[in-house]
Amino acid sequence: MIQIINTGVANIRSLQAAFDRMGQLWNLTEDPALIRDASHVVLPGVGAYAAAADAIDRLGLRETIVDRLNDPDKSTLCICLGMQLLGTSSEESPGIRGLGIIDRQITRFSDSVQVPQLGWNNVVPDPSCKQACYRAGEAYFANSFRLLDPPEGWEFATTDYDGSFVSSIWRGKTLACQFHPELSGDWGQELLEKWAVEVRSTDL
Amino acid sequence: MLKPRIIPCLDVNDGRVVKGVKFQNLRDAGCPVELAGHYQQQGADELVVLDVSATRQARLAMLETIEGVRKQLSIPLTVGGGVGSVEDAGRLLNAGADKVSVNSAAVSNPDLVNEMSVRFGAQCTVVAIDAKRKTDSPDLWQVMTRSGTRGAGIDAVNWAAEAQRRGAGEILLTSFDRDGTRSGYDLELMSAVTGACSLPVIASGGANSVQHMVEAFAHGAHAVLAASIFHDGNMTVGDVKQKLSESGVNVRR
Repeated sequence: MIQIINTGVANIRSLQAAFDRMGQLWNLTEDPALIRDASHVVLPGVGAYAAAADAIDRLGLRETIVDRLNDPDKSTLCICLGMQLLGTSSEESPGIRGLGIIDRQITRFSDSVQVPQLGWNNVVPDPSCKQACYRAGEAYFANSFRLLDPPEGWEFATTDYDGSFVSSIWRGKTLACQFHPELSGDWGQELLEKWAVEVRSTDL
Repeated sequence: MLKPRIIPCLDVNDGRVVKGVKFQNLRDAGCPVELAGHYQQQGADELVVLDVSATRQARLAMLETIEGVRKQLSIPLTVGGGVGSVEDAGRLLNAGADKVSVNSAAVSNPDLVNEMSVRFGAQCTVVAIDAKRKTDSPDLWQVMTRSGTRGAGIDAVNWAAEAQRRGAGEILLTSFDRDGTRSGYDLELMSAVTGACSLPVIASGGANSVQHMVEAFAHGAHAVLAASIFHDGNMTVGDVKQKLSESGVNVRR
């Protein structure tokens, strides 16, 4: 079973539909024990940075999520705002604390490009990656903020928009994507299937 | 760089796809769930479903249609038509839409755009504008509401700029004069709107050929919407993208 963290601020119908198409069972949860112990957890994200960070604190999930993300053996997928929450803070919501898994601030695209970035763009694993998590492809983005520099100790992929930005990072079994794999056609579906390949029906 | 998007549009009434000429004379063009899957397979970058229901009963059937379409789609889904409130938008998102477009209700209550943007985010908030050239001054366009039956008395280009200020994330721009005529998108309208606001603009109304789409992209469109060109089965989305690619438009493979 895939546990989806219910921050209450994300529209996750498309994600659920993607798991349904894969024949994967999913559950929406706010239960810290489940989020700690489950084999596969998704931190989804559509909505505002402050609202999502606030929801995590209100539900008392901050420590649980941080511990999980620092555990290389637990499969966790962070999507869009979920990826941005890995940073220390975001220009979107000054003064609001992110999860601080990576020592980076999330910044806004400059006004020299259209904001939000809305549409399909190329995602290319960085040549330095020892093991690319997925092949290069085209993904659907809907974001105004982004991670500019790759964090140390993570492998990453980049996308060109207002210069190059980090569109995905992974370390151990943690994968974070600025794009929406659930809206990225066959390529996105393939990525989700790869992430969920070890999910067993007996898992929490 | 973002890829120019090709977006088939399904006008849905009472659970069935229809296509009107100048929003009149609807004719049946099939089952929305089937068509949605079909277009996705052909390479559509996104899908727009517009509710053109006239009755309350048909409107209720819409949520079921959206749920069915969502199950099929691994590409973004925009839903619009008759959205009157933040609650309406929430129901459509809950049924599986990724973005919601507002039209008449936003014209009569522009705060709706702000409310949707704050509640769901700019990336969810699409403002649909039906624009009609003014007969007395043809380089101006007025906003039409209520499926094109009523002139709203406001300027379409100004309205697009205001929608951006209010937090819209995208403009769906339909030329009322060209819709259903197959004579090509209104390129002057497209240039005027993309000159006045910096949001992605979807060109709609009048497409009958790949050349029409190439022209729309050359005039600043980020995406092109088309219905009859695809529904009639003369060209698949794949055919269109192949030809666009040959014309130098960098579409998604």
